Amino acid sequence: MAYSKKVVEKFENTLNNPEAFKVGRFDPKDANVGTGMVGAPACGDVMKLQIKCEPKGNTHVIKDVKFKTYGCGSAIASSSELVEMLIGKTLEEAKAIKNVEIVEALELPPIKIHCSVLAEDSIRQAIEDYEAKQ
Amino acid sequence: MSTQSTIYLDYASTTPVDPRVASKMMEFLTPEGEFGNPASRSHRFGWKADEAVEEARSHVANLVNCDPREVVWTSGATEADNLAIKGVARFYKTKGNHIITSKIEHKAVLDPCRQLEREGFEVTYLDPDDKGVISPEAVKAAIKDSTVLVSIMHINNELGTVNDISKIGDVTRDKGIFFHVDAAQSTGKVAIDLEKMSVDLMSFSAHKTYGPKGVGALYVRRKPRVRLEALIHGGGHERGMRSGTLATHQIVGMGEAFRLASKEMEADHKKISKYHEKFLDKVKEIDHVYINGDLNNKVPNILNVSFNFVEGESLIMGLKDIAVSSGSACTSASLEPSYVLRALGRKDELAHSSIRFSFGRFTSDDDVNNTLDILGNVVHRLRELSPLWEMHLDGIDLDTVEWNAH
Repeated sequence: MAYSKKVVEKFENTLNNPEAFKVGRFDPKDANVGTGMVGAPACGDVMKLQIKCEPKGNTHVIKDVKFKTYGCGSAIASSSELVEMLIGKTLEEAKAIKNVEIVEALELPPIKIHCSVLAEDSIRQAIEDYEAKQ
Repeated sequence: MSTQSTIYLDYASTTPVDPRVASKMMEFLTPEGEFGNPASRSHRFGWKADEAVEEARSHVANLVNCDPREVVWTSGATEADNLAIKGVARFYKTKGNHIITSKIEHKAVLDPCRQLEREGFEVTYLDPDDKGVISPEAVKAAIKDSTVLVSIMHINNELGTVNDISKIGDVTRDKGIFFHVDAAQSTGKVAIDLEKMSVDLMSFSAHKTYGPKGVGALYVRRKPRVRLEALIHGGGHERGMRSGTLATHQIVGMGEAFRLASKEMEADHKKISKYHEKFLDKVKEIDHVYINGDLNNKVPNILNVSFNFVEGESLIMGLKDIAVSSGSACTSASLEPSYVLRALGRKDELAHSSIRFSFGRFTSDDDVNNTLDILGNVVHRLRELSPLWEMHLDGIDLDTVEWNAH
């Protein structure tokens, strides 16, 4: 398996220290929480991402994030990498995050690029869900 | 057995060479050793090498109870499978063009069959039952007037389930059809008696039975005679079926490994059965675990388990100090779930969650105990990370969820 050292490190850190790496859940009914879930078990990966936001000026800022991921090591590492990027960002900034940033940060091989696409989609969905509640 | 603190539980992928085999091989390499070309008829270097090759051939024949003249050396089980399938199909192509095999064969059987399809042959791929077994009845039902060859594996490499090749052989012999068996996983695991069975061709591998990689053999029955078209030409070695200078040290290694296998099969089996039982008992204590294959009809050295709600590749990565595989080693680089588990009708998510543990001669109590400790812990942690596990605990039936698949 062609895993980069960065993927392995990220995966192991997340596995060994889930709380510090934002593994968990918020109440999805909370008005300040947006939830996104993408992927399918039959395809081998499912990502669930939740953002907790608060208004700031004429936008909203991501204050905290929780996630859970079923998938290969790269999928778990990609989610964890994305979560780190999100905290403190405005929704506009978060929407602008592209999967290539995750690919580069983790040095994902071509066969694992779909993991980063899944991560990008999960943040889109979470933001949509949050905006629909406002 | 462990090296660099990694526990090796992937014996079905390959075994280490038994040190007794390695030291025997060393006698056939250096200037002081018997390095001669077994095909050299004019001097003692050649005679000595030839003697060693023939002794090895009789060790292989002895393990499976056949005539040494029925054993053809190859570069491994993959070549043996290719030689048997393509060789027989091409030789008898005027007799018929239909071949029967199964969906759970090794790629070394499936890919030659695909090649023959490109050459105009017709191939039927039989479905196994939900335990991973190909029944003699299924073989019988698939036979047509144009069938020339049936190729069914003895022991499945992912599941360890055993096909009744004796009964399948009765079916094919009755119909005058050649029967090839891939027995790469069988030697040293179960007794094989080719005198009693109606098997016409059988493939063997050295490196699954504590011999070296790069050598194998094909059994080609003499009575009733099986003929085949060679794949490799150049000197007419091995009675024209496989040309090329014989690799004396490799062949001696395979012979010695098979000699030890016939001597130690029972002891190996006893020890490995104990580990299998212990492993199974402990693994069953974990919730939502499924054993793939048939516990009542399988070899104890292979145990294939699906840990629901956990993806197999991440589990392997979590078990970083334990060498195991998900599906077969050839496919674990791809994203596809195991085609063998799919053929059994396992749901894709369970196929994605499967791990194959395989034990062997050098497995120790510590290897098993340490693996069990780590395994329970890693499965628990990955489930804490899994949204599927969370949904399951919330009482959500995952089959009713509309997934946002990619």
